Amino acid sequence: MYKDNQEGTTMEMEPAGAAVNVVEMSMQQALNRALMETLERDPKTLVFGEDVGRLGGVFRITDGLQAKFGSDRVFDTPLAESGILGMSVGLAMAGWHSIPEVQFDGFAYPAINQIVCQIGRMNYRSRGIMPMPITLRVPSFGGIRAPEHHGESLEALFAHVPGLKVVSPSTPHEAYHQLKYAASRPDPVIFMEPKSRYWQKGEVDLDNAGERTGSAVVREGKHATLVAWGAMVSRCLQVAELAAEDGIELEVLDLRWLKPIDAEGLAASVSKTRRAVVVHEAPRTSGLGAEVAAIINERCFRTLRAPVERVTGFDVPYPSGDLEDEYIPNIDRILFGIQRVLEYRRG
Amino acid sequence: MNLGKDQLRELYRLMVAVRQLDRSAVSWQRQGLIPGYAPELGQEAAQVGSGYVVDTTRDFVFPTYREMGVARAMGVDMVEYMSTHKATWHGGLYNPAETRLAPIQAVVAGSVLHAVGWAHGARLNGPADDGTYPVAMTYFGDGASSQGDIHEAMNFAAVMKAPVVFFVQNNGWAISVPTERQVAGGSVAARAAGYGMESVQVDGDDVVAVVEATSRAFAHAREGNGPVLVEAMTYRRGPHSTSDDPGRYRTLDEERNDAGEDPVERFRRQLEADGVADAAFFAEALEAAKAEEEQVRAGVEALGSRPGTEMFDYVFQESTPALDEQARQWREESEHV
Repeated sequence: MYKDNQEGTTMEMEPAGAAVNVVEMSMQQALNRALMETLERDPKTLVFGEDVGRLGGVFRITDGLQAKFGSDRVFDTPLAESGILGMSVGLAMAGWHSIPEVQFDGFAYPAINQIVCQIGRMNYRSRGIMPMPITLRVPSFGGIRAPEHHGESLEALFAHVPGLKVVSPSTPHEAYHQLKYAASRPDPVIFMEPKSRYWQKGEVDLDNAGERTGSAVVREGKHATLVAWGAMVSRCLQVAELAAEDGIELEVLDLRWLKPIDAEGLAASVSKTRRAVVVHEAPRTSGLGAEVAAIINERCFRTLRAPVERVTGFDVPYPSGDLEDEYIPNIDRILFGIQRVLEYRRG
Repeated sequence: MNLGKDQLRELYRLMVAVRQLDRSAVSWQRQGLIPGYAPELGQEAAQVGSGYVVDTTRDFVFPTYREMGVARAMGVDMVEYMSTHKATWHGGLYNPAETRLAPIQAVVAGSVLHAVGWAHGARLNGPADDGTYPVAMTYFGDGASSQGDIHEAMNFAAVMKAPVVFFVQNNGWAISVPTERQVAGGSVAARAAGYGMESVQVDGDDVVAVVEATSRAFAHAREGNGPVLVEAMTYRRGPHSTSDDPGRYRTLDEERNDAGEDPVERFRRQLEADGVADAAFFAEALEAAKAEEEQVRAGVEALGSRPGTEMFDYVFQESTPALDEQARQWREESEHV
């Protein structure tokens, strides 16, 4: 059932004698496979958006879906994002679970009215009688030298809206399981795919999803916690690797769910390391880093050794490709942030 | 739809009930019983006539905030409907799944795309045994027709051949701005041609004409021929809402001149002339409307506030720890009040 051209290869691994089903694939393949299996599992799911049908999406995430499931289940819409999201509301009211795609992050803006005023509120307005099972896939964040409005980080905007949940996977394994999970839930989920990571391969344990909710410690350490999501997780892991050469042991926390934020997981890690640096691509002011810092303050004030540091994009429009490496937190800027929390002295 | 005598009388009863309740709701606001209301005075024929056509066993209707007459014609409980105007609950307390009326929509043009999605979903479910489809009917006005979502909705519906009836009440005014400042040429129906969609403009103050036009539109959509736009030409005789002051943008003389004959009075005159009903019937219909008004008023008066926990209960199907914590804190701190 999984197409040969997906280049997925099953690796034989036998820890503790248990048969495991681990496949190496790219995030694009993982997402494609998650959609394939979701459409297979639930006949009330629909995939639609701009160019997702015959073309398979501009990032090929929906490749082969229309051929397999037909143009009722997987279809191209006219080129209008408000229409796509507004239609999802009506489909939900008629009992369908929509998995629409907004082609690029910046294209979600024309649909904000439907996302905020309708998708986020219909369950509430109808007193729980009309749930909004809508999994909105949004290729997100920067890093691919794309035109304007193709590199935005909208997580704080979505997380601020009552009635929406927000998640961003960092690896193919996360992408595969989080998308399947989100597409099985009755509430609307904004699924932010780190487009710069689409082609990076990783191991996906098909049988073992692991914990689907909350955050995940992806590297243990004791001197400071790096909090990140989406594409910034792998960058923070790189930083942790470099810092380890200098004897600095950094913990990396993949926040995963940006709403709800796993406050307990966050507090557990920072209580241990007593220092935190939150890293995100979005502009700093009122970014999600502020919420993360506030949660850490509420829960870890007594144990904190330094104010929470934010290493983020700047309060500027997302710059053109030539400058995006200056804008997105790079290894040096993250290291400077770590240095600030490590060297901080009271009074 | 060939309307028999009983149906004509039923339509009249509905229009009188809606007129009575609409006027009454304005009084409730003046008396402090409800904080606000959006009267539909003068649009009784358009609303009752279109709502009357809906098959509530299979169709679905998407209202704005001014469709009390549609709701009444569909049999929605009027206390539950009015609860939104009493500030009890946004969207109203009626059950949208059972009544087939979507929650009251405060965003201008907000729910029109929902109708397209619902109708497309109905189409995907496949036709009934007789080959027909359920229909989604969505309401909006001449002002809302300026919204971009209207364009997207009409285009989507036409491209996808979704069984939608776009029911436009062109009532001459969007709060203070007249139709000619919204719709060049004055006709929303004329736009349908650009979408490759059937449309009809109808005298929205002639309830029989509205029933007939809406029935034809439903038949067209039901048979899988795609969407239809019905533009009912009517007049908003009252203010936009109980907070509005039409004296600032139109004179009483203009109102009298532009409004035309009152649709309820016009229908009464017609029924009398056609020998369908007599003075005794009209008196009896008015008495029934007054009795209903009393009953609804009592129900609205008796409506208590919803428990504060409901603020938190309906945000999600699956709540979040942060929301649960806020609810807990709210409970704890409000106990001291």
